[in-house]
Amino acid sequence: MKKLMMALTVAASFAVAGPVLAAEKLKVGFIYIGPPGDFGWTYQHDQGRKELEKELGDKVETTFLENVPEGADAERSIERLARAGNKLIFTTSFGYMDATIKVAQKFPDVKFEHATGYKTAENVSVYNSRFYEGRYVQGVIAAKMSKTGVAGYIGSFPIPEVVQGINSFILGAQTVNPNFKIKVIWANSWFDPAKEADAAKALIDQGVDIITQHTDSTAAMQVAAERKIKAFGQASDMIKFGPETQMTSIVDNWGPYYIERAKAVLDGTWKSHNVFEGMKEGLVVMAPYTNMPDDVKKLAEETQAKITSGELKPFTGPIKKQDGSEWLKAGETADDKTILSMNFYVAGVDDKLPK
Amino acid sequence: MTMFEAILLTVATAATPLLIAALGELVVERSGVLNLGVEGMMVMGAVTGFAVAQYTGSAWLGMFAAILAGAAFSLLFGFLTLTLITNQVATGLALTLLGLGASAMIGESFVGLPGIRMNSFYIQGLTDIPYVGRFLFGQDPIFYISILLTIGVAWFLFRTRAGLTLRAVGDNHTSAHALGVPVVRIRYLAVIFGGACAGLAGAQLSLVYVPQWVENMTSGRGWIALALVVFASWRPWRILAGAYLFGAVTIGQLHAQALGIGVPSQFMSSLPYLATIVVLVLISRNKRLTLMNTPTSLGKPFVPDR
Repeated sequence: MKKLMMALTVAASFAVAGPVLAAEKLKVGFIYIGPPGDFGWTYQHDQGRKELEKELGDKVETTFLENVPEGADAERSIERLARAGNKLIFTTSFGYMDATIKVAQKFPDVKFEHATGYKTAENVSVYNSRFYEGRYVQGVIAAKMSKTGVAGYIGSFPIPEVVQGINSFILGAQTVNPNFKIKVIWANSWFDPAKEADAAKALIDQGVDIITQHTDSTAAMQVAAERKIKAFGQASDMIKFGPETQMTSIVDNWGPYYIERAKAVLDGTWKSHNVFEGMKEGLVVMAPYTNMPDDVKKLAEETQAKITSGELKPFTGPIKKQDGSEWLKAGETADDKTILSMNFYVAGVDDKLPK
Repeated sequence: MTMFEAILLTVATAATPLLIAALGELVVERSGVLNLGVEGMMVMGAVTGFAVAQYTGSAWLGMFAAILAGAAFSLLFGFLTLTLITNQVATGLALTLLGLGASAMIGESFVGLPGIRMNSFYIQGLTDIPYVGRFLFGQDPIFYISILLTIGVAWFLFRTRAGLTLRAVGDNHTSAHALGVPVVRIRYLAVIFGGACAGLAGAQLSLVYVPQWVENMTSGRGWIALALVVFASWRPWRILAGAYLFGAVTIGQLHAQALGIGVPSQFMSSLPYLATIVVLVLISRNKRLTLMNTPTSLGKPFVPDR
């Protein structure tokens, strides 16, 4: 990575020396919230960046800034990338939303792409992933595999993205076992391996026999492996941390999107849009189904195929909210706006949602 | 394994790194030096321990390397503050920042590799005793080291001549110097001991607690260790109590959440810190006790007159 950075710096200085050459290359910038080595969220964005480089070769040149805090620093960092001649900039965390919009106004000829937000502009697109589709499949598997009928869920923060996952998981599980339960622990952190491990231990001690998480480290997977129960990975394929533990993992696959958007800029067809893509478009990929009997694997694959084809939408009625009131009537499907602002549990979740 | 036993073990694992790092810092502060770089030394220990264990395949070698790494890193602090007389607070903070950055750089190629776990002991018969067997006879080596370390530090500080000298240096370095005590040398040794402990605490994180390496994996535990020293009013046994109290509240709140007690999780997560503040307030109400234990020369630079 350091070598790469150095290579980029060298490349950048050449670019100054030879403007004719540089003009043909599209410079693409990335802003990361964490280090590419988190083996989770940022790691996957960086994988996407690498795929982009591989696919388009010398037509593009990428740079990234890591560990950029959300807030004032973000604006400065995005502006730095814009000034450095990047014509396409991906800002990869929810909290960069306002900073992205602000910088975009100053650089109308630069295209911006903001992940997981909702504000767009003439030169700002928004892209988001339907991670919850993967959670639904996990719920189905969990209900099949669990002996106690209770799964443990380690949450980071009670934001819509995480709540979607919890709801989708329980809805998937209920198709197999209507009485399936989940216990939720909020770590109130995206990344604190020791705390995530403690949370996993607490859940297991209280009788859950499946662990799933929406925090970014592999700690919970390791605990599950040590205690010999099954678990799901998060953001990247974590099979190395639990060869006999991981049943599957939701893998954020940003590469195809990054390639598509860079190509659009190159051939001049780039337009601002707001996309919310999932399994169908290939943004949500499931790691291989492992450590389960063949019939469960078959059911998981079928469920995944149905979601991919659009036949099955996880948030389809009849669904009741946790308080018993009706959310969706039979056959009714939740619209994206409701999904993107989800702040309530569906019936069956054994937890009180922190506000 | 009963639930009681399981919780006890989890609490011990959570408390051990805090205990070890705080004991080290206690000795440093007792000698009159304030090293705010605990977090940085700890994270250096974590990455070194992990890396050496990976290369050699031995968690034990990793642990010893981590101790050396922490000590070496603290030597940098010692040189700056004791020889060059830089400001201790600023240098300590710089050490933390440097440690976090340097460890991220060193550890880059180790991200995403499963670590090597330091095995727990198993003694036929003893480990199987109900309720307390696993806690007393079935834990990892670093847990036992932490207990021995508590006994050792308490004995050294209050039962040996060398300990008395060290405390004298911390209470009044000018007088100690006048009596012919090598103030700077003693402080160097204390700082190195503190670094070694922080390194060991880091190794516990990357070899026992969560056997993996990720950037910033200490997540502020070095700062909690620092607070524990004050919390314990510079007494080793109180550090033990404080570390286990902190561990118990941390684990307790997770269990309470899993049980579905309707208390907001944000409040629960802040409980360990609230508990720390409450105890600090209670302690500081007793002025005499606080004054009696605070090393008077803490944080003050010492320049020997020749």
